[in-house]
Amino acid sequence: MTAYDVASDRPRQRRSWVLPALPARRIRLEWLLPYAVPIVLVLVWQLFSSLGWISTRIMPAPTDVAAAFVEQLLSGALLHNVAVSGARALAGLIVGGTIGLLLGITNGVSKLSEQLTDTSLQMLRTIPHLAMIPLVILWFGIGEESKLFLTSLGVLFPVYLNTFHGVRNVDRELIEMGRIYGMSGWTLFRKVILPGALPSIFVGLRYALGIMWLTLIVSESIAASSGIGHMANQAREFMMTDVVVLSLLIYAALGKLADVIARALERNALSWNPVYQK
Amino acid sequence: MSGYVSRFERRQGTVEPLGEQGRTVSAAATEAVSIELRRVEQSFGQNRVLRGIDLDVPAGQFLAIVGKSGCGKSTLLRLLVGLDRPAAGSLRFADRSGNTVEANARIVFQEPRLLPWARVVDNVAVGLGQVIDKDTARVKALMALDDVQLTDKADQWPARLSGGQRQRVALARSLVSRPGLLVFDEPLGALDALTRITMQELVSRVWRELGFTAVLVTHDVSEAVHLADRVIVLDGGKVALDLEIPTEHPRRHGDPDLAVVERRLLDAILG
Ligand SMILES: Nc1ncnc2c1ncn2[C@@H]1O[C@H](COP(=O)(O)OP(=O)(O)O)[C@@H](O)[C@H]1O
Ligand SMILES: [Mg+2]
Repeated sequence: MTAYDVASDRPRQRRSWVLPALPARRIRLEWLLPYAVPIVLVLVWQLFSSLGWISTRIMPAPTDVAAAFVEQLLSGALLHNVAVSGARALAGLIVGGTIGLLLGITNGVSKLSEQLTDTSLQMLRTIPHLAMIPLVILWFGIGEESKLFLTSLGVLFPVYLNTFHGVRNVDRELIEMGRIYGMSGWTLFRKVILPGALPSIFVGLRYALGIMWLTLIVSESIAASSGIGHMANQAREFMMTDVVVLSLLIYAALGKLADVIARALERNALSWNPVYQK
Repeated sequence: MSGYVSRFERRQGTVEPLGEQGRTVSAAATEAVSIELRRVEQSFGQNRVLRGIDLDVPAGQFLAIVGKSGCGKSTLLRLLVGLDRPAAGSLRFADRSGNTVEANARIVFQEPRLLPWARVVDNVAVGLGQVIDKDTARVKALMALDDVQLTDKADQWPARLSGGQRQRVALARSLVSRPGLLVFDEPLGALDALTRITMQELVSRVWRELGFTAVLVTHDVSEAVHLADRVIVLDGGKVALDLEIPTEHPRRHGDPDLAVVERRLLDAILG
């Protein structure tokens, strides 16, 4: 038995003799090092603003942004706008993601369906969806429908492409194995095809999240009466650079949050994959 | 059965006949089948791979098939387990009293073909095929894992196992439904030399213990001679040589009688 255990024990061993070799203080320094440059930049920025070397009309001081944050938070406007934008993003993700997922699976499994719809989808994909904003405003005005339509459309394609690719590339030999052991239809799909396609589906999801925020930012800036994009746009009209910068930071934070959630889901769903085993 | 002592019995320090210690149920469910092939042919387009195979394999025999690469060994195995239908000829399975039956046939490939997203025990349970309740499935899967001495890895991911261990899981998966016919397509071809020897002993042991009919395709003539009751050489789409190997199981590596048989087979294959 011992001969077989070597392979599985190796990764654990390696970790245990690399980490203790480093003294504790150096480890903490290593963690801080990546943040050193941003921290220094913010400090310099603050210094230059306080000295009056940077006009607040071009760039507000970090303290001004922090003050704007507190003010917007206390007035309730911030939370309201974050909630509105978050809900739009989620709705677009659900609608576009579901359509993309279903189309990807159907076309991946059925040759007929692929022949029927894949070329049309590829043609639609070549139109940059943000270029449709004028048309979308004509269709839906600046109501919720326009944002939902655009984000769904943006999210749909990466999810579709990666799901399709994932389903198509499930190991043929595993499918044959499943059939040998009497799997077919739904069972084969649930036990072999879907889990096999999942890594690729997650790639699509993370792509889609990026496109989702981008679409939302653009469409909220142009055609909205609420949301963070609208908040930024309004602030621009009143020359409130601090609120504009705050909006940027909030978009960045939301984007990061979505990615962290997606990564956690991915790690959880793909825990069988050696890549995610630590 | 000479010489075989199950792990369980060894732990108990007693040597009793098999089936006395809770293995009865699983072993008794095995119904080895005999195989009868008549003028079996198979072709792919213009390529006539099998050109009339006549073969009788008695129930419980260990048959090895050797031959040059591309001579149709895998093609023949796929017919045996019903993955493909023959272009011509007939194929019949019978139980020990001669009644035609459906063979509960299983195949072990060179690659283990485990589901990477299912834990070892769940991979083995795949072999049960039909839907049964989870607890029963787990118990049966654990018993099959015990056959290949891997119960301690039951809740591991396949990615965590070595190549030999994965192939043992694949073997357990094919054993869990207690097949009447077990077919191996170069099952040890991808393993290193030492692991191969361990695996050969394991295959030989489960075959002696469970008593299914075994058909092994291998490119390693000494492996064929070491494991099988009988070796056939496939050439030109026909059975070119058919040799019984009477030496008793379990066999020792380096037995001079077996070396003679091995020589004859190699001569037949290399022409
Ligand atoms: N599905 C298939 N389609 C076409 N040709 C095949 C197929 N399977 C096998 N063959 C051909 O049949 C011959 C025998 O193949 P195979 O049975 O795999 O040989 P081996 O004895 O090495 O296992 C080869 O020439 C191979 O190219
Ligand atoms: Mg082959």
